Amino acid sequence: MSAERAIVAWCPDWPIRAGAAEAGVDPDEPIAVIEAGVVAACSASARAAGVRRGLRIREAQSRCATLVVLPANPAADARRFEPVLTALESGIPTVQVVRPGVVVIRAQGPARFFGGEPEAAETVLGLLAGAGVPEARVGIADGPFAAEQAARSTTPATRARLVAPGGSASFLAPLPVALTGMPELAAVLTKLGIRTLGDFAALPADQVRDRFGPAGEAAHRVAAGLDPRRVVPRIAPKDRTATVEFEPPLDRVDQIAFALKRTAERFLDALAADLLVCTGLTVEIGTEDGGLRRRTWLHPRSFTTLDVIDRVRWQLSGIGVEALEAAVSVVRLAPESIDEAANHEQGLWGGGPDERIHHALSRVQSMLGHEAVLTATVGGGRLVADRRVLAPWGERGAPQRDPDRPWPGRLPGFGPSSVLGDRPDVAVLDPAGATVVVDERGMPSGPPAGFVPPDSGRRRAVTAWAGPWPVDERWWDPVAARSVHRLQVVDDDGSAWLLCYEAGRWWAEARYD
Amino acid sequence: MPSSALQLAPDERARTVEQLQARISAMQATGLGVRTLPTRPELAPLLPGGALKAGAAYAVPDSLTLAMLLMAGPSAAGGWCAVVGVPDFGIEAAAGFGVDLDRLVLVPQPGEHWLAVAAQVADVLPIVLLRPPARATAGDTARLASRLRQRGSTLLVLGPWAQAEATLEVRTTAWTGIGTGSGYLAGRDVTVTVTARDIRSEHPVRIRDDRWRIEQAAARLEAV
Repeated sequence: MSAERAIVAWCPDWPIRAGAAEAGVDPDEPIAVIEAGVVAACSASARAAGVRRGLRIREAQSRCATLVVLPANPAADARRFEPVLTALESGIPTVQVVRPGVVVIRAQGPARFFGGEPEAAETVLGLLAGAGVPEARVGIADGPFAAEQAARSTTPATRARLVAPGGSASFLAPLPVALTGMPELAAVLTKLGIRTLGDFAALPADQVRDRFGPAGEAAHRVAAGLDPRRVVPRIAPKDRTATVEFEPPLDRVDQIAFALKRTAERFLDALAADLLVCTGLTVEIGTEDGGLRRRTWLHPRSFTTLDVIDRVRWQLSGIGVEALEAAVSVVRLAPESIDEAANHEQGLWGGGPDERIHHALSRVQSMLGHEAVLTATVGGGRLVADRRVLAPWGERGAPQRDPDRPWPGRLPGFGPSSVLGDRPDVAVLDPAGATVVVDERGMPSGPPAGFVPPDSGRRRAVTAWAGPWPVDERWWDPVAARSVHRLQVVDDDGSAWLLCYEAGRWWAEARYD
Repeated sequence: MPSSALQLAPDERARTVEQLQARISAMQATGLGVRTLPTRPELAPLLPGGALKAGAAYAVPDSLTLAMLLMAGPSAAGGWCAVVGVPDFGIEAAAGFGVDLDRLVLVPQPGEHWLAVAAQVADVLPIVLLRPPARATAGDTARLASRLRQRGSTLLVLGPWAQAEATLEVRTTAWTGIGTGSGYLAGRDVTVTVTARDIRSEHPVRIRDDRWRIEQAAARLEAV
C-alpha cells in the first residue's frame, strides 16, 4: 500500500503566536512557552539568543535575560487557530487538524482543482496569508509525515517544498531518527548506531516488529516513506442547541411544559433530519433572578418529545414543587450524546418486550419522579450498605469501587436479605442490663445478653452472637474515615441481626429475615 | 388424623404422605392451560401444583429470603422482576440466591400510589414483589387480581393477601455456624408453613451459605 499524496500547512511557532496574543506581548520579543518545567516552544529571537526546546526554565533565562516565560495553554492555541482554519476551509473544504498550527489536506482534490500541486501550494499559502499568517510554510509529499518534514525543511525565502511522488523515502533518509516521535525507540536506535531514518528504514521489517512491537513497526513503515495514515477531514459540528425564552417569565410547571412542546419537537426533528437520535440530554433552566440549573439526563433508548418534557418537568420539580420559587425565563436543550437513528429503529412488528418494559417504567417515573424507579448493582465495600449501588432507571449505575476485589474484613456467609439504609437505633445490653460498650481494642464490655430491636421497645434475649469485628476504613481521610464494630446476634424470636457500633451508639445495619 | 398419622410406622407414614399429596394436587387441579413459571426445584414441594402459577398471588408475610428464593427461578430463566415498596431489599443476598440484577427493577417508595405502581409494572413484568404500606381493601385486591390474571403476572406479597394462591410462612428458625461469641451466621433451618385453600402443610427447609445452595429436607404433611 503506497502512501497518498498529502499537503501539510505549517504555521511556525504557533504556541508562541497564540500565547503572545493571549498575554498581550509582542511576538518578536524573546518568548518561551513552558510545559512541565521545560521549554516547549520558543520565538525566533529567543532561538537567536541560544534558547532551545527541552531546556529548563533557569537555563533558558540564564541564556537570555529578557526572556518572557509563558505557560502552555493548549485551549488558547486551539481557540486562536479556529479563525485561521475557517479561512482555509473557505478555499479548501477537506482539512484535518493535526494540532493547532499544523493541518493536513489530501492533495488529490486541490491539485486537480487548482491545476497542479505547485498551484495548490500557492493557494494554501495565499489563504493563510489572508488569515494573518504570512510566514506559513507548505510541504507536499507521499503521506502526512513526509509532507510535514518537507514543510519544516523550507526556509523563509522558499516557503513551499514539493517532494516528487515516490521520492519520500529518499527525502526522509538523511533525517535523524528522533523525528519518529518515539523518544525510547530513537534512544535505542541511536545506541545501536542507527542515526538516520534511512538507516532505520533499511532494517528488515519482521525484525523491527519482533524487537519493537506494533508501534515500532508503524514507525518503521513511516520512515520508509510508506505512511499508512489517511487524511480524515474534520466535519464542522453543528449547533444543535434549542432555546426557548419566556417573556414574561413563567412560574408554573404545567405552563412551561406546554410552552416547551414546540421547541422539543423542533429540537428532535432537527436531529431526525440528519438521521440522528438523542441519547443524552443536557437541560439548562435559567430563572428570573439569574440562577441557572443545569443537569444531564441519559436515556436507555432515545428521547421522544414527551421524554424531553418529562425531564424538564422533573428538573423543575427539583427547584420547587408546583409553584416555583423563581419564575423561569429560559430553557435550553442541548444534546449531550447523539447516535445514528438506524441503531434505534423499531422492528417491522414493533419493539420487543424491552420496549414495553421501558414504556411502563417511564410511566411510573412520570408518576413518582425520576429517582423513584431504580436499578441495582453490587458495588465494592466492607459494610453491606456500601455494597448496594442504586441508579435511576435509564442511567448507567457503574459502581465506583470494584466488588470483586478481596475487601478484607467484609462478612462471610449470607448476605442479609434486608439492608436497613436509615440506621435505626438499637440497644445491646449485657446480663446486668447495662449497654455493651466496645473498647479501643475491639473487646466488648460484657457478653450481649439482651437486645431491643428498632421497631419495638420490647427487650429480647440474645441466644447466640458473634463478633464484634472491627472495620477501620480510610483513617487517613478525615471526611470518609470510619471506625465501626459489627456484631451478629440471634434473638429468642429466631431473627438474626447485623448490628454496628460506632462512637458509643449501636444501630442496626441489616436483618436476616 | 394428624396425631394418628404420626404414630404410624415410617413406611406407612410415607404412603400416607403420598396419598395426601395426591389429594391436594387433585383438589388444586385448576383449569386447562394454566401456565407455570420456572421455579427452583427445591421449592417445588412447597407450592401447590409444584411451581409458581402465572397470574396468581402468593403471600410471604414474614420472610424476604423466601420471597427472593421464589423470585430466583423465573429471574434466572430470563424473566424481569419488580420490587415495589421494599426500600431495604438486600441486593447482594438476592444476587446470591439467583436473582439476576440486570433484570431487576426497584420502586422503593411508591407511597400512596403503591397499587397503581404494582398494576403498572404487573402489566409488563412477570414477577412483582410487593410490600403494601397499608392493608389492601377487598376491592383493591380483586382489581389487582383480575389484572394479574389478564396479564399472566405473578405477585408475591410481603404481608397478608386475601386472594392468595398460597400463604408461605416461616415458622421456626434455627441458625447454624454461630455460637456465643464465636463463628458467624452460616446457615439456617426453617420450617415453612404453607396454607393453600385450607390445606396446611409444613416443610423443613435448610439453607446453607456454601455456594448459596439450598437443600430440601424430607417434607412432613399435616392436613387441617
